[in-house]
Amino acid sequence: MGDARVQLLQGNEACAEGALAAGCRFYGGYPITPSSEIAEIMAFRLPQEGGKFVQMEDEIGSIASIIGASMAGVKAFTATSGPGYSLMMENIGYACVTEIPIVIVNVMRCGPSTGQPTATGQGDLMQARWGTHSDHPAITLAAASGQEMYDLTAKAFNLSEKFRMPVTMLSDAVVGHIRERVVLHSPDEIGIVQRKLADESADEYVPMDVDDSHIPALANLGSKHHPYYTGLVHSGKGFFTSKPEEVEYFIRRLSLKVEKHKDELIDVEELGTDDCEVCLVSFGVSGRAAINIAQRMRDAGKKVGHLRLKTVWPFPDEVIKSIAAKCHTFVVPEMNLGQLKLEVERAACGEAKVIGVNNISGSMITTHEIYDVVKEFV
Amino acid sequence: MRYEIRLSGMGGQGLLLAGIIVAEAAMAQGKNVVQTASYGPESRGGASRSEVIISEKAIDYPAVIEADYLLAMTQEATDKFFHEVKPHGIALLDSTWVKEIPAGNVESTYYFPLTETAIEKFEKAIFANIIGLGIICESSKIVEPDYLIAALLDRVPKRYKEMNQVAFETGIELFTNGKIPKGVAGQAVETV
Repeated sequence: MGDARVQLLQGNEACAEGALAAGCRFYGGYPITPSSEIAEIMAFRLPQEGGKFVQMEDEIGSIASIIGASMAGVKAFTATSGPGYSLMMENIGYACVTEIPIVIVNVMRCGPSTGQPTATGQGDLMQARWGTHSDHPAITLAAASGQEMYDLTAKAFNLSEKFRMPVTMLSDAVVGHIRERVVLHSPDEIGIVQRKLADESADEYVPMDVDDSHIPALANLGSKHHPYYTGLVHSGKGFFTSKPEEVEYFIRRLSLKVEKHKDELIDVEELGTDDCEVCLVSFGVSGRAAINIAQRMRDAGKKVGHLRLKTVWPFPDEVIKSIAAKCHTFVVPEMNLGQLKLEVERAACGEAKVIGVNNISGSMITTHEIYDVVKEFV
Repeated sequence: MRYEIRLSGMGGQGLLLAGIIVAEAAMAQGKNVVQTASYGPESRGGASRSEVIISEKAIDYPAVIEADYLLAMTQEATDKFFHEVKPHGIALLDSTWVKEIPAGNVESTYYFPLTETAIEKFEKAIFANIIGLGIICESSKIVEPDYLIAALLDRVPKRYKEMNQVAFETGIELFTNGKIPKGVAGQAVETV
């Protein structure tokens, strides 16, 4: 039936295929609703592609296994939901500090703790930024469709390889299970990024030697470079340091990797943000209800715009600032109690009102509840 | 334009499969589609629901806002979803299970024993969904029958392909020959 590269895929299936297309050849995971199909499909598909799948004993083991695989030079990822993501936090920090590229897909469910496993939610936005302790960089993408489950998973691998750090892709129970038309791209179309490997001789290799990019080259475990990894603050050859200037340089550099490349990382979808009086701001599946309302109200002659963040971390402060200078109100629909709203308020800096529309019922946010709020401000 | 189909009933009636078949057929016909389903414990024996949205344009909101077509295969599903059908929409109720049609202003309400017909013709209740698909195909004209048959045959086990095709064609013939009666909204129906 037509082009084999156009398929009706479930979001979680599209995610698995996106990972494989990006070159992923190891998956270590512990199945959890509503992400389990990703593990199921990777268990089936990885051996076909010459890769390895390991079902680990829990999520702590899962994240450790993908860090290990990546240290050895294999692109690796895991998928989970909120409770598993919480368990992974310590080692996500370790991957930030050892600068190991890994991808974590969090198919969000409803509520804290075990919550409501089969219901949807978007409560892990802040956890994706600040879940692991102390100052560290974060790159987080958010998918709103089956196509984005494919595209953004592949992109997450590219970014993790380029920036040498963990990248999280947020999804939710709706997008994980939705079936949609998905176009599978070839590796050439995706533009596969491989990590920069140390090219000097083993004797000359200085693990922490960086250029203007602030991203050091990596030496895979098992290579002649004999790399040494530690979660301690390190310098030069990669060993522990307590010299204040080296400590400060190291911690600042980790965050500079993202700060310096913010323009390249920011990815947003915009509708009518140039001339709107009210601007909806969303991420993930909430954006699909938001854009429906924005478009319908624009068709009715109302000056409503919509901004959807495909990159949620780093946060697009400058984009929000420039819209805040033109609109009078932001409306932020999300399936949590206002995590994105806090960031919009911070970036808008008092230039525009910020109103939240919050649905934490476990059901997808509806077009009606967004409309009821937006109509009060136009 | 955007066309919203909701297939509802109980777990085991094949509503998820029916939804996937409609979605695949519409996609093969060049349309944009979104298919979602109820998920979790409720899909094992309790209430079950599958939704398909078909559109020429990109589909933003991925759930039914107001259904153009409702298939309801239990009384519970009928009571829950009948009032969320557009006035000019279509409802197909399986009279094997639905004994009372709620009050409402749905223009076309078809009322037919899908499950009994499946048992009579195929000795298996499981074909009720596919007979229903044939009726949906012919009464909505939203997806071409050839595409639906291709998608159907692609999704069912080899040894059941022929029976499924016959079940689908049974639905089409019943509708074409005017054998699918209209029910009257708001009227209780004599229980057998």
